[in-house]
Amino acid sequence: MSSIQDIVDPANLVYEKTTVMNDTPMHYCPGCSHGVVHKILGEIIQEMGIQEKTIGVAPVGCAVFAYKYLDIDWQQAAHGRAPAVATAIKRLLPDRYVFTYQGDGDLAAIGTAETIHACSRGENIAIIYINNGIYGMTGGQMAPTTLPGMKSTTSPNGRDQQLEGHALDMSKLLVQLDGVCYVTRQSVHTVGAVRKTKKAIRKALENSMLNKGTSIVEVVSTCNSGWRMSPADSNTWMEENMFPVYGLGDLKDI
Amino acid sequence: MTKHSEEITLMKGNEAVAHAAVRCGCDGYFGYPITPQSEILETLMEIEPWKTTGMVVLQAESEVASINMVYGGAGCGKKVMTTSSSPGVSLMQEGVSYMAGAELPGVIVNVMRGGPGLGTIQPSQADYFQAVKGGGHGDYRMPVLAPASVQEMADFTVLAFDLAFKYLTPTMILADGIIGQMMEKVILPPFRPRRTEDEIREQCPWATLGKTPERDPNYISSLELRSEEMEKINLRLQARYREIEKHEVRYEEIQCDDAEYIFVAFGTMARVCQKAVELARAEGIKAGLLRPVTLFPYPTQRVSVLAQTVKGFLSVEMSAGQMVEDVRLAVSGTVPVEFYGRMGGIVPSPSEVLNALKTKFL
Repeated sequence: MSSIQDIVDPANLVYEKTTVMNDTPMHYCPGCSHGVVHKILGEIIQEMGIQEKTIGVAPVGCAVFAYKYLDIDWQQAAHGRAPAVATAIKRLLPDRYVFTYQGDGDLAAIGTAETIHACSRGENIAIIYINNGIYGMTGGQMAPTTLPGMKSTTSPNGRDQQLEGHALDMSKLLVQLDGVCYVTRQSVHTVGAVRKTKKAIRKALENSMLNKGTSIVEVVSTCNSGWRMSPADSNTWMEENMFPVYGLGDLKDI
Repeated sequence: MTKHSEEITLMKGNEAVAHAAVRCGCDGYFGYPITPQSEILETLMEIEPWKTTGMVVLQAESEVASINMVYGGAGCGKKVMTTSSSPGVSLMQEGVSYMAGAELPGVIVNVMRGGPGLGTIQPSQADYFQAVKGGGHGDYRMPVLAPASVQEMADFTVLAFDLAFKYLTPTMILADGIIGQMMEKVILPPFRPRRTEDEIREQCPWATLGKTPERDPNYISSLELRSEEMEKINLRLQARYREIEKHEVRYEEIQCDDAEYIFVAFGTMARVCQKAVELARAEGIKAGLLRPVTLFPYPTQRVSVLAQTVKGFLSVEMSAGQMVEDVRLAVSGTVPVEFYGRMGGIVPSPSEVLNALKTKFL
């Protein structure tokens, strides 16, 4: 049996936490996808060596406190306005890596106009889009992305498409815009999925320096608290219900 | 202004804002077309400052986007601005409140038109309450400058940036459709170079230019969920507003020394009242004009001093009577304060204003 000394011996380490992510205790619920995506972002920023050149734009929603966890410069935007805020940052500081980090309420409801027009202008930014089909921060209300029949606190009997409309697939919509160079849909519920998402986010950040236009990485995510499920059940539910509607893979890559 | 270039040119107030912005080292302009101020964006697009000073000019998809672009640019310590007219400025109020909360400098120009709603494209001063009393949510104020000439449109563009950065606050130029549209001679401000990034890092250590190893991350936010901390932020903001009130009051007096009746008016109405003073004096009526140049901070102290020697004030506005409330607060019941105004885009004539003075007081 190995001793503590063996375990902490640098030669035996198999994993090291990125130094871009600090030790502030996260406010995210256990099982939430946000923490994984934050960690991926921190790793990429460290691996690319761009901590000094990266500016993040946080949304209103669960990730409103993203600036507490990753040691880069951040701006916290008004609800839905992150792409407008990021537009100005990137235009004024074109040699910086500028990304937004938004949920589905932020990006697909209140910020639809800012999202579509930043993408249509082809702003050289990366948009990280966490889609869990629900408003998590405010306690589990229906989002534009809520699936048909899916329960939320404002659709307690399940989303009725006749009454409450259809699930909005923003990525499919954004693919059509000439200003957009890269749209991909990923998830972080398995080791393999995490690796793919990491590659996608890195590519989106790299694209932002190539004057190719806007990159969008949608991460289909769980909200076990809002969904009223255990983390494990949430992953299964996501695979069975979210993926058929929000299919994973690249939607556009030019 | 300290030193102007000597060249006198003829242009609209809106054009003067555009030229002054480029000259004072503005880093970015973000705007959306709306009458009667679209010439500002049009002028900037025509003179293409990105080819000379490197200033960014972008037509946004809405006023909501414009003000949030200003937020983003200001968060990087850059000198950024937007311009609009009343309905568009209503849309910006969320962003202005966020800027006030995040303590971000930036300039907003409102070339007012008549409301409510879509109203009219003709001039108005009916956004006084919105500009001076808050407009957006939460306890905040911002410096509000009221130009009364094309020259002041240029000068105040420079001054507004200086105030914004001095007090880390959004700052508004509250003009009206006439000031924006009329042509007058103007001496444009001298060129100031845009600040370098090193200068910004030094002057705005809070700016999000990228985290360097020697400092902690910077973040721009108006959020603080702990009540005690949030109250501290509020108290800090309030203390700053008191400083602004102490140091930044600006006004102009015309023939107030021996005046028995004083018109109080800003912007276009001050120009009209200046003529009304002349007409009154010709008739032997001792009239004067107090023109607040800053609407926040308001020249409250000066009004209360004048109240000790005059028989009455007439607040003249292109509105249903908004600034008159601040005159009454300053006078505090010691002498009569009357109001005369027109709405819907109508600009009262000097004789109409003089008649109002006679009707109310003589």
